[in-house]
Amino acid sequence: MERFDYTSAGLISGLEVHQQLLTSHKLFCRCPAGLYTQTHDGEVLRHMRPTLSELGEYDGTALMEFKTKKEIVYLLNHLNVCTYEMDDTPPFLVNQEAIDIAMELCLTMNMDLIDEVHIARKQYLDGSIPTGFQRTAIVGLNGWLPFKGRRLTVTHVSVEEDSCREVSDRGHRIVWRTDRLGMPLTETVTGPDLRTPEEVRDAILLCGLVARNTRRVRTGIGASRQDINVSVRGGDRVEIKGVPRAGYAVKLVHNEAIRQVQLLALREELRRRGFTDPTHVRVHPHDVSDILADFDLSLYHLRVEDRGRAYAIRVEGVAGLAQWPTQPDNTFLDELSGRIRVIACLDQPPIVLSGAALPDFAGRHRVAERIRKRVRPGQQDDWFLVFGPEDDCRTAAEEIRLRFVDALRGVPKETRQALVGGYTTFERILPGPDRMYPDTDSPPTRITPERVAAIRARLKPAPWERLDRYAGWGVPEETAHWLLRRGGADIVDAAVERTGVSGRLAAIVVGQQAKALARKGIPVESLDIDRWVQAFDLLTAGRIPREGLAPVLTALARDPGLDAEGAARAADVGLLPRGEWMARIHDLGWEAYRPGHTDSPDKRLRFLAGQAMHALRGKAPAREVLEVLQQKVAQEVSR
Amino acid sequence: MSLPFEERADRFQGYREPARSVMERLRIGVWSEVELVNDSGSVFTGVILPRSETADPLHVVVKLINGYNVGVHADRIVKATETGYKKAVYKIPEKDFPRDPLKKNVTLLGTGGTIASRLDYRTGAVIPAFTPGELYGAVPELADIANLTTKKLFGVFSENMGPEQYKALAIAIGEEIERGTDGIVVGHGTDTMSHTGAILSFMVQQSPVPIVLVGSQRSSDRPSSDAALNLMNAVRTAAECDIAEVMLCMFGPTSDKYDLLHRGTRCRKMHSSYRSTFRTVGATPLAMVSRDLFPDGSHFQYINQDFLRRDKARKPVITPVFEEKVTIQYYYPNFQPDIIDGLSDMGYRGLVMAGTGLGHVNKPIYPALKRAVARGMTIVMCVQTLWGYAQMYVYDTGRDLLDIGLVPLDNMLPETAYMKLAWVLGQTDDPARIRQMMTTSINHEITPREPHNGYLILQGGLPEVEAFVNKHWK
Repeated sequence: MERFDYTSAGLISGLEVHQQLLTSHKLFCRCPAGLYTQTHDGEVLRHMRPTLSELGEYDGTALMEFKTKKEIVYLLNHLNVCTYEMDDTPPFLVNQEAIDIAMELCLTMNMDLIDEVHIARKQYLDGSIPTGFQRTAIVGLNGWLPFKGRRLTVTHVSVEEDSCREVSDRGHRIVWRTDRLGMPLTETVTGPDLRTPEEVRDAILLCGLVARNTRRVRTGIGASRQDINVSVRGGDRVEIKGVPRAGYAVKLVHNEAIRQVQLLALREELRRRGFTDPTHVRVHPHDVSDILADFDLSLYHLRVEDRGRAYAIRVEGVAGLAQWPTQPDNTFLDELSGRIRVIACLDQPPIVLSGAALPDFAGRHRVAERIRKRVRPGQQDDWFLVFGPEDDCRTAAEEIRLRFVDALRGVPKETRQALVGGYTTFERILPGPDRMYPDTDSPPTRITPERVAAIRARLKPAPWERLDRYAGWGVPEETAHWLLRRGGADIVDAAVERTGVSGRLAAIVVGQQAKALARKGIPVESLDIDRWVQAFDLLTAGRIPREGLAPVLTALARDPGLDAEGAARAADVGLLPRGEWMARIHDLGWEAYRPGHTDSPDKRLRFLAGQAMHALRGKAPAREVLEVLQQKVAQEVSR
Repeated sequence: MSLPFEERADRFQGYREPARSVMERLRIGVWSEVELVNDSGSVFTGVILPRSETADPLHVVVKLINGYNVGVHADRIVKATETGYKKAVYKIPEKDFPRDPLKKNVTLLGTGGTIASRLDYRTGAVIPAFTPGELYGAVPELADIANLTTKKLFGVFSENMGPEQYKALAIAIGEEIERGTDGIVVGHGTDTMSHTGAILSFMVQQSPVPIVLVGSQRSSDRPSSDAALNLMNAVRTAAECDIAEVMLCMFGPTSDKYDLLHRGTRCRKMHSSYRSTFRTVGATPLAMVSRDLFPDGSHFQYINQDFLRRDKARKPVITPVFEEKVTIQYYYPNFQPDIIDGLSDMGYRGLVMAGTGLGHVNKPIYPALKRAVARGMTIVMCVQTLWGYAQMYVYDTGRDLLDIGLVPLDNMLPETAYMKLAWVLGQTDDPARIRQMMTTSINHEITPREPHNGYLILQGGLPEVEAFVNKHWK
């Protein structure tokens, strides 16, 4: 990554963190949540039309998506979708379990809970939701998270239904799988408080920790997705959508900052060339199919034959601007290409070519010559080549014009899709509040003070409080984070509170030893808090030594019918009176010892320790046994 | 700024005590642009919306600037500043409907329903909106199909359609035919669309042009609505289809593929919410109609050839009559005879029994039926199985009922029989004529034969059905 001064560029960033909630059922129907399938047993075909918002206006994104005239196909599996997801049945009452979890998240993030939650419809005409809108509701607002010694504003948290998974998107047909559709998730929106790519990454991690800390969210691939809003001074809000991992954020934010700075510089260049008004952008599309038909352009040629057309679109006064750098290794031509791909549905590469930089092919010069004769570009003009159905070529010409018009304003507000390698590509124009619409199918939910009190009463300690506490106990930072993310923190807190065991010990047993047992295939994750507490009880009551915990936990995990006492018996673990285990050490013999030619006190000690381990595992405190053995070896040597 | 607070007529629209007093004290009302601060110091910036009258009186609804609505408990509001006032005008962009002399002229009669609709803040529900300009604004594709004239007859929901509306509708259809329209579309809520289809089939006979009822199962305020496609297909049917009958035009499959044209006397709403809710019962639909061309280059695929063809020279027969004292009773075990006596006492002149099986009711109600018939009530028998015939000669019980004077109506659907009986009793009280009119089919409400593909309720889960269903759009 090249160096870049984010402060002087005025980088501002905020997050929208989407987190699936761990509920048994979906948000507005009784279908199981989290049951994914790769096959389908039915298909539905739909189209979307924009509708008016409550305040009587069309949303710009909605209109743009309508221009694409897509056929939308939904793949259905009767195991995980019902007629609700197909939009053939109105919603059932909102899943209160999901609202509860969202409330819990809100309270952890110091938020004010909404008194009466209203379900809204947020329009999406890309087909990702068969109704054409996502049902969503704000549950809390006005919160904050402690972040690097300051407060990261949390503007609001909403609970909403998850969308379909895209299967394919070719030309005018997009295919979606519906299994994920309708699963409850929360969207946590932070203020524009982040100033560097690294801060963005750390804020994502913090939000993840808050969610994981509740133990009531889903984990795994796709269970948590981030949108990152980025702008620089003089630029505008661009939403980078679908960032799957915190680490990816760094390069994405960096590249977007550069892109915006470059687009602002392009604006200056356009102004210098005399473009001050949208009417100054003039495009002239020409059908050049006949010219290309005479040449062997392999791929393009085929498309022209298949009822497709080739259009050369002259744009006045923009010579060289298609090659203007935007993101590292990308140019303004990629900006044109993104819009054409999405809106004109011309998705076969090369989506658009610049006359100033045609790729190499046989007869390139003659083709370029004949096209130039047709479109007659002036010295300051460039022309662009697109291929496809006639309507789509004309839409492409219009999109080229609109993108240059946007360039006059600098950075267009848009949603950009995150790609591998830290790049982004146009996904849609950024939607505004006009796409919001009240859901007339759902009544509002009143959040009573009693309900808030009940949730507050069972609220887990905030992750930062836990981390502070664990740090105070001397728990390694990595272990502490693991406990919060994987749920061990609840066990540690309960064990410390109920058995008085040392916090550090509990954290290490739960965060390290249990992890090791799990790796060996012992189902320790099946142990509930009560059985963990029983095991720690044995320890603090002096019934088992510290080393006895692992065998007891193993026995407990393997046999759900056992309590800790039973597990200790089954594992043959239990602290002997000191005199008794001392006697057994005394009896340890040297019969099996093979001194060889490297006899040494250390070797003798290791031999004895092995013997003692065999005889006294879980029956005596290991550290004391070791001390006694050291004395024993020393005595024998001195003897 | 704007209208002074006291002069805003609807400033508390839907709000009741105690929220109303709080608003009055803070001098904020519906459509106020506000900054509310609650007792936790949270700031709500947005517009105050009207309150649904069915909602509680405790909260004030604010549409936040991000588009979300939230309810703020009135008692928690500690400060409110009105920064502006902006009444929302919810309007579908209205444009002049273009006319093309080469295209057919279609009249759209509006009765309500959700073909075009907007939000009602009073109830939070959608209410219909309707002018040609609005329709053109919402569905501009209509202009490619026909020249459209619209007339709003009433603005009622489907369930509020009744005798007055039926008669007015039949008369209006007669007038439009007189004016030379090429086809008529009736916008209608779906709940009772087949009832209207049935009564219009009797009230308007020998129509020279198609009469097409259309509605939507997903209201047009949603992007995925079936309204636009239904409307396009209905207008095309009215303009170009050869079937000059009363038909319903609604989705065939739930996918956006094609609509089916169902005969007004032979169809029924079979699902409370599915798009493909209407099915022709005991027969096949008349035709498929599609926005995209079928392989033969046509917008129509005729399934059934036995129909009245378009002929603008033909004169329609309009008989807008309706006897309101007619009822329908769905028989069930433990049905008590006093219901029949009660209906008779209340002056009911007609009763449609939806009997079990082949058209049966139990013996203890026979005397009551006999008394009712003796007092001049016409009792007709249909089957609650919907498919199949009332065949009352098969069992003794059936024959006893015939002796009492019940009129079996073969495979006439119960709702169709209800509409027909009301229409017949509106014209005569002569028992012989009533019987003769009821049992003589006017437009396939009774069919002499039931083809095997007139009864197809595929059972999901069976391997052969799954294999078939998998190959086709739902």
